[in-house]
Amino acid sequence: MAGPGTRAGAAHAVLRGVTRIFPPADRGQAPVHALGPVDLDLARGEFFGVVGPSGCGKSTLLEILAGLSAPTEGSVTFEDTEVRGSPPDGVGVVFQEDASFPWLSVWDNVAFGLRRAGIDSAETARRVDHALGFMGLTGFARAYPAQLSGGMRQRVCIARTLVLQPRLILLDEPFGALDQQTRLLMGDELLRLWRDTGATVLLITHALDEAAMLSDRIGVMSARPGRFIDMVATGWPRDRDSTIVSDAAFGEITARLWSSLRAESLKALGAVP
Amino acid sequence: MTRAGWIRIAIVLGAIAALEVVTQAGLVSRHTIIPPTAMAAALWGLIGSGEIMPDITKTLSNVAAAFVLSAGGGFVLGLLIHAAPRLRRALDPLLATYYAVPFFVFYPLLIVIFGMSDLPIIVIGFLFGVVAMIIATLNGLDRVPRVALKVARLSRMDPVSIALLIKFPAATPYLFTGVKLAVAYSFIGVIASEFILSGAGLGFAISYAYNNFDTPRMYALMLFILVSVTAVNMVLHTIEQRMLRRRGLAR
Ligand SMILES: Nc1ncnc2c1ncn2[C@@H]1O[C@H](COP(=O)(O)OP(=O)(O)O)[C@@H](O)[C@H]1O
Ligand SMILES: [Mg+2]
Repeated sequence: MAGPGTRAGAAHAVLRGVTRIFPPADRGQAPVHALGPVDLDLARGEFFGVVGPSGCGKSTLLEILAGLSAPTEGSVTFEDTEVRGSPPDGVGVVFQEDASFPWLSVWDNVAFGLRRAGIDSAETARRVDHALGFMGLTGFARAYPAQLSGGMRQRVCIARTLVLQPRLILLDEPFGALDQQTRLLMGDELLRLWRDTGATVLLITHALDEAAMLSDRIGVMSARPGRFIDMVATGWPRDRDSTIVSDAAFGEITARLWSSLRAESLKALGAVP
Repeated sequence: MTRAGWIRIAIVLGAIAALEVVTQAGLVSRHTIIPPTAMAAALWGLIGSGEIMPDITKTLSNVAAAFVLSAGGGFVLGLLIHAAPRLRRALDPLLATYYAVPFFVFYPLLIVIFGMSDLPIIVIGFLFGVVAMIIATLNGLDRVPRVALKVARLSRMDPVSIALLIKFPAATPYLFTGVKLAVAYSFIGVIASEFILSGAGLGFAISYAYNNFDTPRMYALMLFILVSVTAVNMVLHTIEQRMLRRRGLAR
């Protein structure tokens, strides 16, 4: 295990020189350099936040880390095995857009991955009921996504990912559709879950306060092509919750994030044609 | 029922009543058209005697076969074409102009190939319906959310499971358009073929009655076809509405 002076655990996921360049959609257009080069070491059990201006390549980074798309250059390693454009076992993703299946009930949505993984039905039922309770969806088990609000649908997707007990959880602006109070509460739930499972978490968010409150470490990305321009360690204790927003350090962290990000956000705005 | 539904029923009943009055009053010859009540009575008699049962069975089973082949085959072909974008670009204009071809000109050829049996009839019905289903399938597959396919990849599903458990249900609202057309085209293809060249089936029975000036029998059979098509479509409509409501898409 980790010796003195090293991080709590070996690197769980490693990105080296990861770059993504999208080929031009049409002849005559330039290719889009969306990301990188990016180097990143996620420590096992770390809660890592990512902030950056919109369009800087955050979702692209997440998809490469999840093995959903291959980097144009560079390498991704998860649990000492190279990821080559196909999702490794043990990685769970909550996508930015609504990924619930409108043809399945809430219960069946959450059970989807468990059934695909061949988990027996008693265990599936146990985990699904637990996750629905956890996400405040128990009363909606038989409802269909169309009958839920956007925020509730996103919770269905979070539950669907969490029941699989991933060791690396990637979340892409998961609370974007929620109101501020619910975001804080969901943040607390996420922290509790992270503590209980020991999973490594990478959370992309556009809310600086959310990153500051939840993360052990925050990577600030530049405007496209996204690179890390700042790494902020928060130094929060592991058993933190949303009450730390009143901590003096919280304001300092948020201020530092914003000062790193301000110029980049202006750049991103200016880049809009 | 909605207000529109009641108005719809009133229009249909009104039209039937008007026809009844016009025919009963002798404004048109009974050799041309008979009152709807006489059609119903003739149909009742035909069904009671059981003499058209073989025709009904033959036609409905041919329609069912043509429908299953065109809907199922159209979905599978749609999946394959969708998976090969270059092939799709090549086929696109052919699919778009397909219905400009009057298939019935091939019917004699099909009889030469398959003989005077149910097969050429089913093939015509299939040819009629399959392309509508292919087009609807392509349309639906284009609208499968990319994120749903990402979820499938994260679950490490194989292509067949992805087709059946993700693409098929995601595309269902669009597939329904194809299914409804496939039903209609199967009926048209089968009954029209029976009209042209066949020794059995409802299409044949109608043309036989027509040639023998058996007007009540002809109208009875036409009424039967109308009622069956309407019944099938009502069942489809009910299933479709339930599916759309579930997805929050019902009008
Ligand atoms: N499939 C794609 N093809 C071409 N360009 C893409 C594709 N996906 C993303 N991009 C471009 O890459 C950049 C980064 O996108 P994304 O990772 O979604 O940004 P973010 O999540 O930070 O808002 C954007 O400019 C976007 O337009
Ligand atoms: Mg994004």
